[in-house]
Amino acid sequence: MKGHEIVEKNIGLMTVFMVIAISFGGLVEIVPQFFLKQTTTPVEGLKPLNAVQLEGRDIYIREGCHVCHTQMVRPLRAEVERYGHYSVAGESVYEHPFLWGSKRTGPDLARVGGRYSDDWHKVHLFNPRIVVPESIMPAYPQLYDNKLDGKHTADKMRALAKVGVPYTEEDFAGAKRAVQGVTEMDALVAYLQNLGVLLKEKR
Amino acid sequence: MSTFWSLWIIILTTTNLVLLLWVLLANRKVAVVGEENKDVKTTGHEYDGIEEYDNPLPRWWFYMFLLTFIFAVGYLIIYPGYGSYEGLKFKDSPAWTSVGELRGDQAKAEQVYAETYGVYSKMPIEEVARNPDALKMGFRLFSNNCAVCHGADGGGNPGFPNLTDKDWLYGGTADKIHETIVSGRKAAMPAWGSIMGEEGVVDVTEYVLQLSGSEHDAAKAEAGAKLFAANCVACHAADGKGNQLVGAPNLTDNIWLYGGEPATIRQTVRDGRNGVMPAQQELLKEDRIHLLAAYVYSLSLEESN
Repeated sequence: MKGHEIVEKNIGLMTVFMVIAISFGGLVEIVPQFFLKQTTTPVEGLKPLNAVQLEGRDIYIREGCHVCHTQMVRPLRAEVERYGHYSVAGESVYEHPFLWGSKRTGPDLARVGGRYSDDWHKVHLFNPRIVVPESIMPAYPQLYDNKLDGKHTADKMRALAKVGVPYTEEDFAGAKRAVQGVTEMDALVAYLQNLGVLLKEKR
Repeated sequence: MSTFWSLWIIILTTTNLVLLLWVLLANRKVAVVGEENKDVKTTGHEYDGIEEYDNPLPRWWFYMFLLTFIFAVGYLIIYPGYGSYEGLKFKDSPAWTSVGELRGDQAKAEQVYAETYGVYSKMPIEEVARNPDALKMGFRLFSNNCAVCHGADGGGNPGFPNLTDKDWLYGGTADKIHETIVSGRKAAMPAWGSIMGEEGVVDVTEYVLQLSGSEHDAAKAEAGAKLFAANCVACHAADGKGNQLVGAPNLTDNIWLYGGEPATIRQTVRDGRNGVMPAQQELLKEDRIHLLAAYVYSLSLEESN
């Protein structure tokens, strides 16, 4: 095997071949999704998160909620029965980055919007054990005390607009005013209550 | 899927399979039977006297590789994935899709549910509430869907009503319970802080404490009574016994949704309360709600038994 020896002794050449070998999967399975209508068209009624919800989403990310909670209902009977309609790509087109997650220590949250009352969420986030005694979720009492200043809300919206989220000048202008003084708790709950409410079929 | 992307997938997938097959076959060496022990070939590499054998791939391994190719081809024929090809269609039945499989599983499950829940759906709730089998199912449904707010035993939590006492915000008849589960409830106690002022809030609180027979400041309660008559009677009624049509609680018993300490009552009066019970109609569907209503109804029956 003459050729084999050439590849083995030239690490650069081997790297090139490895990249080619590995990229097939991505080229076939990932790249077309960027351009397909099924994956790039927003579901009917999808709106970008408003300023408060957007800040809530960032708190969701900051506190690492996505580490234990997925936002992806798979098309399996047991999941659809528990959480509601399976997730569709069109719901995530304004998500940068998406928060589908990969591990469920807690339940899926893709359709948690409207499932519980705001009051419940606040009590539960303050200390989950108050309403669910066997819960192992951490408590987040600090969310009550921290208030948002909205300093970067408009910038965040501009950044998202750059990658295709249809925010308008009006949104940028009103962002700070909308967010200023809102507690992190209220922002996070506003975000949670907005999750997955567009697809009406619940199970 | 557009023709371009369909072709993109088909060409890349095919090229990948062909290339891999070529790598496998081009590197294939066949062991000559009987020669193993004579003159073992090496790759010619030698480092510090250590040489590397150049033996052929074990045959079982080679055939396993081939099997993965056959699997891949079979998979691409049966399931969707090869460009816009939809997968194998049998007579009458459409090609496989994950959603199709889900709908099939759901239809099967619905049949089972119709048998288990259906038995009770024609019975009046009051009767189901005395059926031990139905209550066992009701308990499980309650644990899965209601316990996060109302507690595992239905005993409630601060802000989330106790379902085991006989005190009902919106009514405790079987029909009313059913209605609450189906459509949910939204309480609307306004914030009185800005209207009554802090002093007024304190006075009304003392009056509310008096109504429920708790310790109170009589002078303040007297002032509070006037404010109560002017502002609160529309929902809580003149005698403070509440109104189940709007979910206004009875203030004369000593049962408290948010707590009966003066500080908590003051907070309630000052900031208002807007307790929400989410509608369950879409989530649970009628058969389950029927069982749940019966279970919740039974919780307050047990006390009287």
